[in-house]
Amino acid sequence: MSVAEPLAPVEETVPRRRAGELLRPLLRSPTFLVGSAILAFWVLDAIFWPAIVPQDPQALNVAQTLKPPSPAHWFGTDDLGRDVLSRTLAGASSTLTVAPAATALGLLGGTLLGLVTGYFRGLVDDIIMRAVDSLLAFPLIVIAVLVLAVLGPSVINVILVIAFVFTPIVARTVRSAVLGEREREYVSAAKLLGKSSAAIMFGEILPNITGPLAVEVTIRLGYAIFTSATLSFLSLGIQQPSPDWGLTISLGRAFLQLAPWIVLFPAAALATLIIAVNLVADGLRQAFEE
Amino acid sequence: MGRFLLKRLGLALLTLTLVSIILFAVAQVLPGDVGRAILGPYAAEEQVVALDHQLGVDRPLLIRYWDWISGFVVGDWGTSYLLDVPVASITLERLRNSVILGGFALCLIVPISILFGVLAALNYRRWFDRIMAVIALSLIALPEFVSGVIVLVIFAVKLGWLPVAAHLPSADPLDWFRQLLLPSIPLMFVLFGYISRMARAGTVDSLRSNYVRTAILKGLPRWTVIRRHVLRNSLLPTITVISVQTGYLVGGLVVTETLFNYPGIGKLIFDSAIGHDLPVLQATVLLIALLYMVLTLAADVVYTVLNPRIRLSSRS
Repeated sequence: MSVAEPLAPVEETVPRRRAGELLRPLLRSPTFLVGSAILAFWVLDAIFWPAIVPQDPQALNVAQTLKPPSPAHWFGTDDLGRDVLSRTLAGASSTLTVAPAATALGLLGGTLLGLVTGYFRGLVDDIIMRAVDSLLAFPLIVIAVLVLAVLGPSVINVILVIAFVFTPIVARTVRSAVLGEREREYVSAAKLLGKSSAAIMFGEILPNITGPLAVEVTIRLGYAIFTSATLSFLSLGIQQPSPDWGLTISLGRAFLQLAPWIVLFPAAALATLIIAVNLVADGLRQAFEE
Repeated sequence: MGRFLLKRLGLALLTLTLVSIILFAVAQVLPGDVGRAILGPYAAEEQVVALDHQLGVDRPLLIRYWDWISGFVVGDWGTSYLLDVPVASITLERLRNSVILGGFALCLIVPISILFGVLAALNYRRWFDRIMAVIALSLIALPEFVSGVIVLVIFAVKLGWLPVAAHLPSADPLDWFRQLLLPSIPLMFVLFGYISRMARAGTVDSLRSNYVRTAILKGLPRWTVIRRHVLRNSLLPTITVISVQTGYLVGGLVVTETLFNYPGIGKLIFDSAIGHDLPVLQATVLLIALLYMVLTLAADVVYTVLNPRIRLSSRS
């Protein structure tokens, strides 16, 4: 061991991976690429649907009800004569607003909680982990149904209840990542420099746990889409006349025998979106593990 | 082992108490005036007060909680606001129906998932393994109502093989199968994803172990190695996953039973939540938490009994 070594900057002993190193395995993963392409399609559709829908998704047409797919209506028409293709394209925006909003809120709360509990440990840590266990004793849908039945169905309540359940789950992931980091040398160095606990938590530890955090975000986003769509289906979320996929499937069940295309196309759209998010999450997880 | 189980039991009881308090708070405190919620905004104030008194919700919270929880323990779960029948009888009847549906799904899908999981592990990182990974991931991700609606359109509407709405099966075993198959498919999709991934991971781990390498090197036939050395070790973690997934199953049941109009506990939770039937809602949700605890505890016991390393080490 040479004399110069202990003087080397901390960054060299704990090499931080640059963006390029992460990107390479991602670009080689076919599942990640396919997932991102489909996800990008739905995100663009959710933003620009007013420009690309062939017809007004709310326009009624009494003469054209329950028509099967045809050149005029590629995906057919529903019980009110509305164009199913236009409604399917317009339906992405509600899901892609509620789910990311809920994920972001849950992420914010969970990161704060996880950083504090993981860094300080102690009694607060024990209590919160017990609370997480109690929460996990219920399926997410049961909690959401319970709370929404009490508070009343609305989009804001759906966002809040999903964020509320996500907070302790994200906190647990962040906490275990913080536990691994807080013993590292760069944290001791920051303490010796006299930095405050807040500065160490947010300035030192947080940038070093972005990997597990990114994976957690995509996994949570998948669950958020799953849950918000299911709540729309149970008529506890977005209400009529929104072209939301879950809601459309719920209402279209009455016409299952006569016009299965009313439910089939939104179901396929939701399936592709949610599978795409999970493929992206899986690709990220593998890239960070390599 | 005894001490370990006692500790687990204590933790489970503590968690259950916390759950019951949270549940009580959400159901009783958040909606505000219970009598007003039942009678609606136009009822006279005297009627609301009278109903509150009749239901006993004008008493202090602590007393109401104690009344409820002590009643729950001895089997007195109150009377349903909506159906006007004892909560215990309807809840247990619906639970039985759900156990039939969930049990049917589990019996069918657990062997299939384990088989495919083990096959994927034996083809580690070859095309079969990769395709299985994507399929399992996709099946986990699909919401039950999406897969449910798709199989409904295909098998009930287009092909006409199976009924659109599920009824309780009659005594005829073929009818059993016909009634339960469609509503259990969405549940099986999700279960397949989780269980097959776990079986694969367990098998991959034991294939890499030293004892399997020794077994191969001493010339045992491939099938004997897999059966005696690989499977015995790889299936242990799968048991834990199955018990955890049974907890998930209840959430799936809320959606599937609503979609297929099946009279199980999931539909009861949904209906009582929509109808503000608080006694039923509290009882069913607490019952589910209780079941979940019992199942995880049971999985721990089975795990220790099946795993000689834990069983013997704690005895000495």
